[in-house]
Amino acid sequence: MSERFILIPGRTSKQGCGVSEGKFDESYQHEINTLQVAPADMKRMGLANGDRVRVTTESGRQIDVAVAAATGDELPPGLLFIAYGDLSSRLMDGETHGSGMPTSKGFDVTMEKV
Amino acid sequence: MSSGFFKVAGGTVYDPVHGINGERRDIWIRDGKIVDAPPAPDVRPDKTIDASGLVVMPGGVDMHCHIAGPKVNSARKMRPEDKRKAEKVVRTAGTRSGTMGSVPSTFATGYKYAGMGYTTAFDAAIPPLAARHVHEEFEDTPCIDKGFFVLMGNNHFVMQSIQRKEPERLRSFIAWLLGAAKGYTPKIVNPGGVEVWKQLPSGNVHGLDENVEHFGVTARQIIEQVARAVEELRLPHSVHLHCNNLGMPGNWRTTLETMKTFGDSRGHLSHIQFHSYGGGDADETTFNSKAKELVEYVDAHPNLTVDVGQVLFGETTTMTADGPLGYYLSNAFKSKWFSSDTEMESGCGIAPIEYKNTSLVHSLQWAIGLEWYLLAKDPWRVVMSTDHPNGGSFLAYPQIIQLLMDRTYRHDMLKQVHPAVLERSTLGDLTREYSLYEICIITRSGPARILGLPNKGHLGPGADADITIYTPNDDKTKMFEMPRAVIKSGVLIVDQGEIREPLTGKLLYVAPEYDRGIESDVADWFEKYYSIRFRNYQVPLEYLHGAEEIPTT
Amino acid sequence: MSTPVATTKPAEPGTTLIEDSTCTFCGCVCDDIDITVKDNHIVDAKRACVLGKAWFYNHHADDRPSCLIEGQPASVEAGVERAARILTDAKYPIIYGLSDTTSEAQRVAVGIGDTIGGTVDTTTSVCHGPSGMAFQGVGEVTCTLGEIANRGDLIIFWGGNPAESHPRHFTKYSLMPKGMFVPNGRKDRTAVGVDVRKTKTAKAMDLFFQIKPRADFEALWTLRALAKGIDIDPEQVKSDTGIELARWQDLMDRMKAAKFGVILFGMGLTMTRGKHLNSEALLCLVRDMNAYTRFVAKPMRGHGNVTGADNVVTWQTGYPFGVNMSRGYPRFNPGEYTTSDTLARGEADAALLIACDPMANFSQPARERLMAIPYIALDPKDTPTTRAATVAFTTATYGINTPGTVYRMDDVPIFLRPAFPSSHPSDFDVLSAIQRRVTELKK
Repeated sequence: MSERFILIPGRTSKQGCGVSEGKFDESYQHEINTLQVAPADMKRMGLANGDRVRVTTESGRQIDVAVAAATGDELPPGLLFIAYGDLSSRLMDGETHGSGMPTSKGFDVTMEKV
Repeated sequence: MSSGFFKVAGGTVYDPVHGINGERRDIWIRDGKIVDAPPAPDVRPDKTIDASGLVVMPGGVDMHCHIAGPKVNSARKMRPEDKRKAEKVVRTAGTRSGTMGSVPSTFATGYKYAGMGYTTAFDAAIPPLAARHVHEEFEDTPCIDKGFFVLMGNNHFVMQSIQRKEPERLRSFIAWLLGAAKGYTPKIVNPGGVEVWKQLPSGNVHGLDENVEHFGVTARQIIEQVARAVEELRLPHSVHLHCNNLGMPGNWRTTLETMKTFGDSRGHLSHIQFHSYGGGDADETTFNSKAKELVEYVDAHPNLTVDVGQVLFGETTTMTADGPLGYYLSNAFKSKWFSSDTEMESGCGIAPIEYKNTSLVHSLQWAIGLEWYLLAKDPWRVVMSTDHPNGGSFLAYPQIIQLLMDRTYRHDMLKQVHPAVLERSTLGDLTREYSLYEICIITRSGPARILGLPNKGHLGPGADADITIYTPNDDKTKMFEMPRAVIKSGVLIVDQGEIREPLTGKLLYVAPEYDRGIESDVADWFEKYYSIRFRNYQVPLEYLHGAEEIPTT
Repeated sequence: MSTPVATTKPAEPGTTLIEDSTCTFCGCVCDDIDITVKDNHIVDAKRACVLGKAWFYNHHADDRPSCLIEGQPASVEAGVERAARILTDAKYPIIYGLSDTTSEAQRVAVGIGDTIGGTVDTTTSVCHGPSGMAFQGVGEVTCTLGEIANRGDLIIFWGGNPAESHPRHFTKYSLMPKGMFVPNGRKDRTAVGVDVRKTKTAKAMDLFFQIKPRADFEALWTLRALAKGIDIDPEQVKSDTGIELARWQDLMDRMKAAKFGVILFGMGLTMTRGKHLNSEALLCLVRDMNAYTRFVAKPMRGHGNVTGADNVVTWQTGYPFGVNMSRGYPRFNPGEYTTSDTLARGEADAALLIACDPMANFSQPARERLMAIPYIALDPKDTPTTRAATVAFTTATYGINTPGTVYRMDDVPIFLRPAFPSSHPSDFDVLSAIQRRVTELKK
């Protein structure tokens, strides 16, 4: 069952610390390889922490990633969050619309359990 | 066998400090300085420039321009459109590329000043919090010696010391601050006005005796006290002042009052043209020139000096530490607007502008600048400037020279401007033409003397070997646009328009003595209010590459 | 290069204490960190936040090679030679990064770009480049951070999460300080957050506007209309932004009632639909507000010296980023000369990457191009970018090992007070050597 979401990549403390601690270290790797999902969405889609999902953008870019429930009401239903890193980069298109800045937040995506 | 001497032979020399008015002379250079001719007749110079038939002057000194620091750089950033159609500064084997327009990039700034025969320039308004930024840009501004004035007229410590009636504390602070920033003299811009701008929308000060809320001081007090402190510190240059009410119709009264405020203290009023307006009630249609009245006062008071701030027609960028002025201009011209308030110290306003000869106000501004030069009796105290880039680019100086030396050229231009200039100023009646000697004074000897630079602006032994050689031409714009050669610190840096050796140039600064006790006071103040640590604020001498301290007198 | 001024007031035997040291991890550039060094490790960083501590504690002396050519250890000289050849053989060399190094090093990097006729761009183009473009269109009303600390009484955080990206910002600059005109600190201030998620920052706010994703443009223009008393359709506002018009009106009333309002904004504006148009809307709103009260805007800069990169590239070329010098003089065009584009379109055929990690942070098409071309990388750390570089230099860490100048997010220049020396060359050293060599090769 594939559903539509909006994906927001962003900075987190752990990701920031990881930049200093080492990008190949576990802490950083875990942080950037975890997709946060709103608890209500997790429940509806039958997802548990650690389950893997496939996220696909409108232009067909795709990643497989483990999910974790967002804390409390931090994330509204319909939104997904992931810390900046390799996975979030894979979903970016090369097009910058003449601005120099590729669209890096607010992607329309579909997500399904794998 | 090298003698170490360099000779500029047989030029027609102008050296007003030594009363030399177009005499055929040799100039000898050694180790970057002008020296007496070697007594032994068999000593040959390693290098000679044959300057027969050429005009030789000391290198130009621009004592008031905006060429470095956060304000200037924000203007560069803000105006990519200003550069697209402007002259391209192409890199060569020895020189960097750059961009022009009204706010050139740093390398281009240095090359263009030198290319015009200028060898020293002072940035007129720097908040000391940004001093390091200026020093870095200066290092990337080749060919000229540089310095800058330190904004103090809206500085909180300054205002507090004045309110507390503690002149010694004020004096020590000023001395400390100049040394901390490695600056040259206190600069006052719209005293009190910028602080009021930070407190209120469209906030400003409109007269010398308005109270600045929270600080309990007036513009008059700030000017008086800082001017007096500068005299007591015996700084080489006086306090440098941008009066309140710049640009407003009727502001001549504020200017005159301000001039009186100096008493016996030396005072330099910058871009005086912008402060010479008659009329009233912020009504532009009443705008007229009061240059004559103000010139008379300055003539009669030898403690006062001015630079003109000439306006030229065309597009340019206004940039000023006078925050509220920037807001006013951007609203008047519906242009983009940059403003930045620097904590504890000052403000800044930037707005593009176009001066049009069809505009009554702009035409009068142009005329008033010229009136100042033409009416003033003492050329030693009226300095050429455009307040670059506010009135126009420094590249327009040769055109100003032609306007002063050639009354036909001037009158032709007068015919092209708004006709009301003839009734509202005296420019139409002025027939004076400047001589080369007088031009030499207002572009080098005068500003060097006013700045208190003992080794600039003249060609006597001991002077820095900064020399400009011009090919005489009846077209004075052409003559001054393209010197035949420019020597800086004894090195030929420009030869027929090409940069040969872009040396770095020195930073000129003062470091007056002060009571060290002030430092703990200042440190406390930093602790309470500044967002940077006291120990990280000061610029140590080791940070600079090539600096020369100009001693107090 | 000037030498650092470090105090040594030993805390314990065998350690060195360096006071008023500067942390360059994020744009806060806190210069009040007291560092204790023992055996070339920083063991204490007083007042540093979690990001700062990670920064200080994880940069120690190591014995990694200073240079790798195609993954094999090599001398720095050999690396410089290879680097210079890569750059001078290329038709469209690009120079990118620069946000985590000193301005002294940045100045050399731009010089290399000039010599080789390359394209110079900085991480600004994928950070606040759009805000820079907006600034070029409409200007900006801003101030230094101390002004916010001393005067700011209504602080709005829009599209950013400083609680996680700039942890000391609230304490040091924007919410807590007891300032000259805000003597009761936090009590004298109203904090407002506007974001699509209820982040850590949102929880620290007095008011939070959880707007619909990609609706910043509409929200900002709603506020602009309210400021000018223009009638707008409440249904449309609610549908576009997810927030009732009445709430926006309340915010506007507070904005007009403030003595010194501040909007600090982040990637939520620059990276989403609209990009520079979002930033422009915000800058225009702040400009408009100055008719009613004092108001300023500040982009939150993420890296320690990305502001320096903007400044250096601007003063040397006239333009802040995306500068091409192939014709012998600077030309500027975001979208044409910016690195995401020159890589994604396959135009760049060599690169010099300094203090950045595009192999981690760039789009797939851009990264694929980078994999396919020879490039040189300078970084104190082992990153995806350095691992795939033809020539990789391990350089000394700025601020920890090297002195130099950096520019805080508000353009205030701050000097670095290094803690201990490194066996690796600095960015400045390596770049200067490359500059000398490319100059010779280009003769």
